[in-house]
Amino acid sequence: MSTKTKDNAPAEVGSERRLNMIEAINEALDIKMSEDPDVIIMGEDVGYFGGVFRATAGLQEKHGKTRVFDTPISECGIIGVAVGMGAYGLRPVPEIQFADYIYPGLDQLISEAARLRYRSATEYIAPLTVRSPFGGGIFGGQTHSQSPEAIFAHVAGLKTVIPATPYDAKGLLISCIEDNDPVIFFEPKRIYNGPFTGYYDKPVEPWKKHRDSVVPEGHYKIPLGKARVVTEGDALTILAYGTMVHVAEAVCAAKGVEAEILDLRTIVPLDIEAIEASVEKTGRCLIVHEATRTSGFGAELSALVTERCFYHLEAPVERVTGFDTPYPHSLEWAYFPGPVRIGEALDKILEA
Amino acid sequence: MAEGPKGPAKGGGNKPTLSLHVPEPTYRPGDPVDFAHINVPEAGAQARPDEACEAIETSDLCYDLIRVLGDDNKAHGPWDPKLDADTLRTMLRHFAMVRAFDERMFRGQRQGKTSFYMKCTGEEATSISAAMALASDDMVFPSYRQQGVLIARGYPLIEMINQIYSNKGDKLKGRQLPIMYSSREHSFFSISGNLATQTPQAVGWAMASAIKGDSRIAATWVGEGSTAEGDFHSACTFATVYNAPVILNVINNQWAISSFSGFAGAERTTFAARALGYGLAGLRVDGNDPLAVYAAEKWAADRARANGGPTLIEHFTYRAEGHSTSDDPTGYRSAQEREEWPLGDPVMRLVKHLTELGEWDDERQEALDKECMEEVKAVTKEAEKNGILGHGLHHPFRTMFQDVYEELPWHLEEQAAQAKRERQIKWPGEEPWS
Repeated sequence: MSTKTKDNAPAEVGSERRLNMIEAINEALDIKMSEDPDVIIMGEDVGYFGGVFRATAGLQEKHGKTRVFDTPISECGIIGVAVGMGAYGLRPVPEIQFADYIYPGLDQLISEAARLRYRSATEYIAPLTVRSPFGGGIFGGQTHSQSPEAIFAHVAGLKTVIPATPYDAKGLLISCIEDNDPVIFFEPKRIYNGPFTGYYDKPVEPWKKHRDSVVPEGHYKIPLGKARVVTEGDALTILAYGTMVHVAEAVCAAKGVEAEILDLRTIVPLDIEAIEASVEKTGRCLIVHEATRTSGFGAELSALVTERCFYHLEAPVERVTGFDTPYPHSLEWAYFPGPVRIGEALDKILEA
Repeated sequence: MAEGPKGPAKGGGNKPTLSLHVPEPTYRPGDPVDFAHINVPEAGAQARPDEACEAIETSDLCYDLIRVLGDDNKAHGPWDPKLDADTLRTMLRHFAMVRAFDERMFRGQRQGKTSFYMKCTGEEATSISAAMALASDDMVFPSYRQQGVLIARGYPLIEMINQIYSNKGDKLKGRQLPIMYSSREHSFFSISGNLATQTPQAVGWAMASAIKGDSRIAATWVGEGSTAEGDFHSACTFATVYNAPVILNVINNQWAISSFSGFAGAERTTFAARALGYGLAGLRVDGNDPLAVYAAEKWAADRARANGGPTLIEHFTYRAEGHSTSDDPTGYRSAQEREEWPLGDPVMRLVKHLTELGEWDDERQEALDKECMEEVKAVTKEAEKNGILGHGLHHPFRTMFQDVYEELPWHLEEQAAQAKRERQIKWPGEEPWS
């Protein structure tokens, strides 16, 4: 099944069908809406207009306005209403326009959606998939650039999923929608249109030139909790997700470092087996995320690797992260944990 | 460096100085109470618009008080729901049962059988009479003082007590604070404990029912204090935007623990009047008048079921007891308030009405109260066989880790193994794991 919209016509290259990340997400939504009448989409500007990033383009026209509709500007209301819809038996896929806007909905996510199955002893569940663009690198300033994944990873009962490629975005999103637990699906908006490598002064290649933009038609799933080996290598293990997968890959290529890069894909549940296997093989571990450093998810990863792989480590675990400041508008590229910061960390960890 | 404000401004010449208003209730402990300032209109004097009216036609009712039962104990006016004597006796039986149940459970907490309890004394009509005006499969999103809804819907007392004792019979596996019930079978949503979160959820459930072309509506209950939460604003906004088939019951019982209703805005306007700004239908009802509560809820239910949209109902009532077993209201309000409350006691008003109709008498009331007390006592004994809080007869330890997710992830498996080891050390030979 292919979703054709005036804005986002799938790019055909040779016999392989290639999609960018927005098209892949749109297609996953379309497939689930077609398969399951209980799937509904709501959010600010998602209906007639198709979303500010066009992820829901064409869906209202195809599936009707009682299944794809705009909402008041109220994240608390969007999530709260979605919890009630889930209790009814629907499978809501609300969009929060920017992850930075999700905080008014936190009580409904943390105290309600995440604990509903537990507190009602399975009488009620909240099978929501909350989609939200996150991350910076688009000159979004401090309110359109944040990466708040650690907040959600800290909450028992929530799952947090972050795709890094069009192929994964489609397969993971379908898994999330079919999952009976509430899932936060953070879409790295910097790579909606191409795998940004962190070299901000160079043009970004479009997805159609990337191997992982080949997206099969129809329904397929990528299981939650399974990491992807991006590159195999012996020099060190790099743990990353979202945009930073591509940045880490590009830096390693530029420096000729044979890293084993793991794209975690989901941070809860976490693929601990893949992490352990890789670190035990390489003996060195670098963690890269765009979010702020203190109590970021990298702290959890670092603790896990240290606790579980300590006797295999030949160097201290290193973290490359955003700085503990708000995301600055004009100094975006000074803030972004790009090639220089990653390069320094690679040198340090490999020399140790 | 920019300089911030430094201390009190000196004022600019003749500019008026500002002063902050901090609300203060009329009466504090020891104060004599006179509620003469509360306007109690004559029963039957309020107009009853058609259920299909425009929301704005309910404007006057947002500042009035819908009353049916007069001082003569007779039903008056257009809001009289004209319930037959059997229905009224059923309602009275639910009242008596809730009151007997509350007494017993409160005592149980004092005896150390559980950690916590909340009575609904004085507010019985706002849940029981309202629930009786709904269909039994209309979905209810309660706050924490709506045990009357469960009793009106025939939820077994033993399930309630098992939950309150967090014992091995507790269907919620001992996970929830006492009285935070859940019963899907009785269309009763899991009570959160966080306030007002249920209000947008009720709206969402109602929207889902409308999306699916269902015929069931939703109703939610929230205290007047919690209407200050953003969730309540979201609920009202979504309800009006999507014309959701939902009833928003605001229980104005005057007190949110020790904070009087003024801290939710009651000094300036009524809670029913909140409806007007959203374009919701609004009704303000004497919450201690069982017939008026029934009639208002029925009006809103009929309106919602006919796609007429949502209604906000303020139930004007009085929390006759403390907030919970953890609260002592003598520390912040006058004990005289309860005696002087101008709208009386809902149970007594119904008793007097049925007596006035020649359908009831003191003897039957005494027998009913006794019967309810004995039933509660017997069921309590039965429930205690499943254990009381802190006495070992709880759910197996492994249930702590279940249902966080649909499937147990590796990190919870590891933590469960830790708990299992600890159990062997702390309680060797006892305490089932599974």
